[in-house]
Amino acid sequence: MGADAATRVPLGEQHDASRPVAGAAAAPNSRSRPAVRGLKGLGPNRLGQNRRGRSRHGRSRHGGTLARWVSPLVLLLGWQLVSGTGLVSPRKLPPPTTVWRAALEVAGNGQLGDGLAVSLRRMLIGFVIGAVIGAALGVFAGLLRWGDVSVDPVMQMIRNVPLFGLIPLLILWFGIGELPKLVLIALAAGLPIYLNVHAGMRNADPHLVEATAVLGYSRWQRLWHVVVPGAAPYTLVGVRLGVASAWLALVVAETIAADSGIGYMINNARDFLRTDIVIVGLLVYAVVGLLMDTVVRLAERWILRWRVS
Amino acid sequence: MTGTETARVRGLVKEFGARRVLDGLDLTVRRGEFTALLGRSGSGKSTLLRVLSGMDTDSRGESTVHGQVSMAFQQPRLLPWRRVWRNITLGVETGDPRGVAERALAEVRLTDRADAWPRTLSGGEAQRVSLARALVREPDLLLLDEPFGSLDALTRLAMHRLVTQLWERHRPAVLLVTHDVDEALTLADRVLVLEGGRIAAEHLVSAPRPRSIAQLSELRARVLSDLGVNDHEAA
Repeated sequence: MGADAATRVPLGEQHDASRPVAGAAAAPNSRSRPAVRGLKGLGPNRLGQNRRGRSRHGRSRHGGTLARWVSPLVLLLGWQLVSGTGLVSPRKLPPPTTVWRAALEVAGNGQLGDGLAVSLRRMLIGFVIGAVIGAALGVFAGLLRWGDVSVDPVMQMIRNVPLFGLIPLLILWFGIGELPKLVLIALAAGLPIYLNVHAGMRNADPHLVEATAVLGYSRWQRLWHVVVPGAAPYTLVGVRLGVASAWLALVVAETIAADSGIGYMINNARDFLRTDIVIVGLLVYAVVGLLMDTVVRLAERWILRWRVS
Repeated sequence: MTGTETARVRGLVKEFGARRVLDGLDLTVRRGEFTALLGRSGSGKSTLLRVLSGMDTDSRGESTVHGQVSMAFQQPRLLPWRRVWRNITLGVETGDPRGVAERALAEVRLTDRADAWPRTLSGGEAQRVSLARALVREPDLLLLDEPFGSLDALTRLAMHRLVTQLWERHRPAVLLVTHDVDEALTLADRVLVLEGGRIAAEHLVSAPRPRSIAQLSELRARVLSDLGVNDHEAA
């Protein structure tokens, strides 16, 4: 036995290790701090509610899902009407048909593909760096008392600094090249992942840890088969928030300064008053963000497939 | 059945704050012997098992176990994220975990659930997996902490039969904590009553297995009176 996760977890606290932390996100309480906090304005509650909302509406598959397409279509139609008829200046808001043509244009001349490749690469590098560091620190602080003492206070300080408030500082330190963008994305991804991995590690089910110790699991086996899978629901919430935060950070970073990427395409289009291309860029941001969330959600469903209801 | 000792406890003291749960307890478990431990809630039954299993290291006195210890708990405590067969063999060193798991599952008649997730098992099935997991470790001392406490009456009877069979086949020393007098009398060679942190009474049960509780009514009355229950009131 010895100083391991088992001895760290107070016995009184019975926690269903399989329960996700998303719902409990609201109030960061002192001890277990389920930690689901991403960027301001992109709160966990929104993500959580989306999911719950979906399943509730899923019950009437035929009428329900079809009906949900009505209002977006009406909106699209209205948009076409007001800007197509000149009620709103097409220069301020070009009609959907024009936006569609712009999309084909930037897709055809390579602007879109190049920009998307650069943006995705930025996202990937920044996210991986942030996720690895965040997860490593989360494991370290979650498993070892002195890890917690040394790492957590600093992380709590950083989490309370508004991320985008750091931008001037990052520019002073790193200029306006790739580095400050990657740092911003890594921070955005790393913080929610750290907080949730940390919480997940600390909430290892003491009954399982104890039982497996009696049954002869080695320390590593307990870590790998008991603590890590027990923290998986938390970790995945962290990853989902991290992806959303990092994507938002990318958008902000590219909007402020970029010489490549989707943000560059948008800024460039703004300078030439191409509102249609600006809207195409925004839609690309939205669609890619949605796709990434879907991928993480599918991964989550597979990883947590043992939670059969 | 007599022979060397599997577990030996002398003068065991365990305190929770000011409360003394075990107060100089002495106990010897002989090899292959099935012992049941009865007692009211808070009499220290589970605490004793925690000490013997090594989960509780903060006690005074002597407690020695010779050989491998294994345990089944009141809640099955399976890893919900590992399939049934993995739950059985994880932590066991073997070249053929799947084969070992399947043989163990056959013994508890659950071969067809080898690939199930633990959450999909019924209470009785989960408890059988927990028993298979404990036995696959080939324990010299098997600790059973009220493993049938949360099962319905019919399932519990089936489990009694199963445990008797498994015990006869593997012959570990068993220490069964329960507060069901009939369960203790049906299963054990020896029934101990724990009170005030010590063994207050000991009864040997010599009736051949399988037993029916009807044969044991006289002994039952004596055990109940040791537990402070008047049989006339209880009946």
